[in-house]
Amino acid sequence: MRRFLLIAIPFGWLLALFLVPFFIVVKISLSDVAVSIPPYVPQFSWETGIGTFLRDLDFENFVFLTTDSLYWKSYVGSLVIAVISTFLTLLIGYPIAYGMARAPEEWRATLMMLIILPFWTSFLIRIYAWMGILSREGLLNQFLMWTGVISEPLTILNTNYAVYIGIIYAYLPFMVLPIYSALDRMDTSLIEAAEDLGCSRLTAFWLVTVPLSRNGIIAGCFLVFIPALGEFVIPSLLGGSGTLMIGKVLWEEFSSNRDWPLASAVAVVLLLILVVPIVLFQRNQQKQQEAEQ
Amino acid sequence: MAVKVFAPWDNPDEKPLIRFENVTKKFGDFVAIDNLTLDIFEREFFALLGPSGCGKTTMMRLLAGFEAPTSGKIELGGQNIVPVPPNKRAVNMMFQSYALFPHLTVWENIAFGLKREGMEKDKLNARVEQMLKLTRLERFAKRKPHQISGGQRQRVALARSLAKAPKLLLLDEPLGALDKKLREATQFELMDIQEKTGTTFVIVTHDQEEAMTVASRVAVMDEGQIIQVATPDRIYETPNSVYVADFIGDVNIVEGKAAPLEENQVRIDWAEGQPPLVCTATQPFDPGQTCYLAIRPEKVMITAERPEGADNAVQGKIHDIAYLGNISTYHVQLSNGTIIKAQSANTRRIARRSFTWEDPVWLSWTATAGVLLAR
Amino acid sequence: MNRLSWFNAVSLTLGFAFLYIPMIILVTYSFNESKLVTVWAGFSTKWYGELMGNEAFLSAAWTTLKVAVASSTMATVLGTMAAYILVRAGRFPGRTLFSGMIYAPLVMPEVITGLSLLLLFIGVGLDRGVTTIVLAHTTFTMCYVSVVVSSRLATFDQSLEEAALDLGCSRAEAFRLVTLPIIAPAVISGWLLAFTLSLDDLVIASFTTGPSATTLPIKIFSAVRLGVSPEINALSTIMIGIVTVGVITASLITKQNMVRQRRDEQAAARTQ
Repeated sequence: MRRFLLIAIPFGWLLALFLVPFFIVVKISLSDVAVSIPPYVPQFSWETGIGTFLRDLDFENFVFLTTDSLYWKSYVGSLVIAVISTFLTLLIGYPIAYGMARAPEEWRATLMMLIILPFWTSFLIRIYAWMGILSREGLLNQFLMWTGVISEPLTILNTNYAVYIGIIYAYLPFMVLPIYSALDRMDTSLIEAAEDLGCSRLTAFWLVTVPLSRNGIIAGCFLVFIPALGEFVIPSLLGGSGTLMIGKVLWEEFSSNRDWPLASAVAVVLLLILVVPIVLFQRNQQKQQEAEQ
Repeated sequence: MAVKVFAPWDNPDEKPLIRFENVTKKFGDFVAIDNLTLDIFEREFFALLGPSGCGKTTMMRLLAGFEAPTSGKIELGGQNIVPVPPNKRAVNMMFQSYALFPHLTVWENIAFGLKREGMEKDKLNARVEQMLKLTRLERFAKRKPHQISGGQRQRVALARSLAKAPKLLLLDEPLGALDKKLREATQFELMDIQEKTGTTFVIVTHDQEEAMTVASRVAVMDEGQIIQVATPDRIYETPNSVYVADFIGDVNIVEGKAAPLEENQVRIDWAEGQPPLVCTATQPFDPGQTCYLAIRPEKVMITAERPEGADNAVQGKIHDIAYLGNISTYHVQLSNGTIIKAQSANTRRIARRSFTWEDPVWLSWTATAGVLLAR
Repeated sequence: MNRLSWFNAVSLTLGFAFLYIPMIILVTYSFNESKLVTVWAGFSTKWYGELMGNEAFLSAAWTTLKVAVASSTMATVLGTMAAYILVRAGRFPGRTLFSGMIYAPLVMPEVITGLSLLLLFIGVGLDRGVTTIVLAHTTFTMCYVSVVVSSRLATFDQSLEEAALDLGCSRAEAFRLVTLPIIAPAVISGWLLAFTLSLDDLVIASFTTGPSATTLPIKIFSAVRLGVSPEINALSTIMIGIVTVGVITASLITKQNMVRQRRDEQAAARTQ
């Protein structure tokens, strides 16, 4: 009985506040927009019965998503931005993780703390910090003009470049930590063995270090890619009107246009796109866990 | 003066403290305990001995109540304890990892079970002090488990499990985490404490020397079954199977065909060109039955000349010598390639020892030195 | 091995510069005299003064704090229960679904979580406000708590619980007297994580709140959409300051404990 209660409470909570809402989204995505409260039809009622209710549901919203270029461009835009920024984060994050793993033992705890610290500070504030740096009269332009690299201020804020910088900045710790933990576990005598067997430093790195940190790289990439795909704050603060990302579109569809059925359809499709990387990520994690046992 | 020997297992009127009756325990398809029946008596120091995976730990967990048998009955003092949950059993356990609560001091660890019982304060204090004294831990009462050494932790675990004065104490590899020297000292300490408290101890171990040292009786287990239950000397001297003979100590096993002679004597024909062996058997053998002669190396004499009047004598040459300090083991190869081990005490200094590699020697033993086994 | 090669030194320096320079600039300009955040016009703390006089910010901060305390506490209880179930309860019907529901919110885009909860609250006719934000935050943060706690439980020596049962505890007593004190650090970090996530959350709160409740991130977001302002810099500086002090204190305590533990163990080995 006790055991039943112990399981039932968190189980019930998640069913009611995670699974049921998700099905509501699916259901509403099949409804039509209407001028009422709540602003969609059909509403389920016992008088008309479930038959009529089901008959009124259709895939109209999904069809609309494919016909209006705004939507599919946003999906593609999100994917492109997420892929590029994940790759850039890996390029920047790997040397940092490598440097941390090869740093003297007594520094590592501090370096680790320095990587984690930004994670505890507000996401919003960290993105906001870049607004003052990237604007036309911002500090980056001031600095570059002062050094004489450029004579005219660059437009960075409100472009996709700013979005890349924002994503890299915000998710860098997610890339560094798994790679660091993979590299930290690696036996350094393996490199020595490789060099002893005739590898140069670079080939030893390429043939030994990189394959052994593969799981860390994969985990880091997914940890950046998945949230970047549905990102809302970064494109709306740093991106411009040309930045099409699906999180932002969903938000606008919902709050400005109040088209709930369409917003729900956008959400359902976004989730379908995310299922693939999420499943791949889970499988990678599982494989790693099994390997450790 | 007649000394009363502690041997309740030989007394048919004695009621056992623990009785396993046709107990079977399965984990899925895996049979951990296979239709096992066993009696353990009060005040015994009983050892379950076997390789890992033989089911000895499962036996212990069945007694503690962490596992329930798939079928069969387990009695404690005549009462079926299968439906009794672990916290209601008069059985305590000393865990292999010691399982000391890291957030409590030594004193609090020992008092833990007594507090659960609701023992009143004065009595509880006195009991904890008594246990600390018994295990010589008075000085460490206020320390946390990570602040004491491995040997001290072992004693805390013992004190904690003895504090509630259980009818039965289970010890799961209690000395496994200690180094060899400390382990030997602790073995005698355990026996001492067992005697002082009069508690029945059941110990699980894979270390045959440990089982032989501490236990009043030893059960040798393999694949969920008990192969032999007997006192340590009987297990060693009269094993009932090749498995037991081989598991306990060093042994030579010679396989042959039996040819019964008169008065329990059996002739063993075992190899072309080798003289047949003679052994006094404790069980009947049919003519031509496959049999195994088990003979301990220390019961084999090694001499340069053929000894006069020996029941069994074979010739070979020394293939290898293992010098162990107090004794030496000679591996002697016979002409058919068989290797027989013989042991002799090094009562003389090494320079005066007589045998060296490749020396031709004679091995001999009496008809009663070995045990003839059917399996 | 114990000396940094120039390559590692350069990559660490650049990496940490990238991570910290924006925040240092943010903090510096909160002390700027000028309204223009990009031009330095002398030191001043006047923006902090203005911030303290800003009723809207203060009440939003208060709401955020209430939401964070309530939701992280509930999330810690539920998340610890969930972790215990995942690690200890063995098989039960719906186990796969359950563990899926624990891990899915971790990777679910906030916009979807927010939207779906909003539609639920409207569906059941719940007035949107502090209550709905608390429910929403509890739901997504309990999953983080359960991940933190279950990773601790997985390495927990189960014989400690068995020893407690063996010494006369019921299951509930064994949990309260043995398991909980030992996993307490993980439970506390779970709470802190939930608290921070709740303080930080903009998207889910925006979806699930009504006109009656505005949290600090919502307030900040609507302010910064209009552009950079020194008042927000001041507010950010305060928040960064609190977090920095908190994280450094926590890591110092952890380090001290580790040093003490190691010293004790060495001393214990000598008394053998």
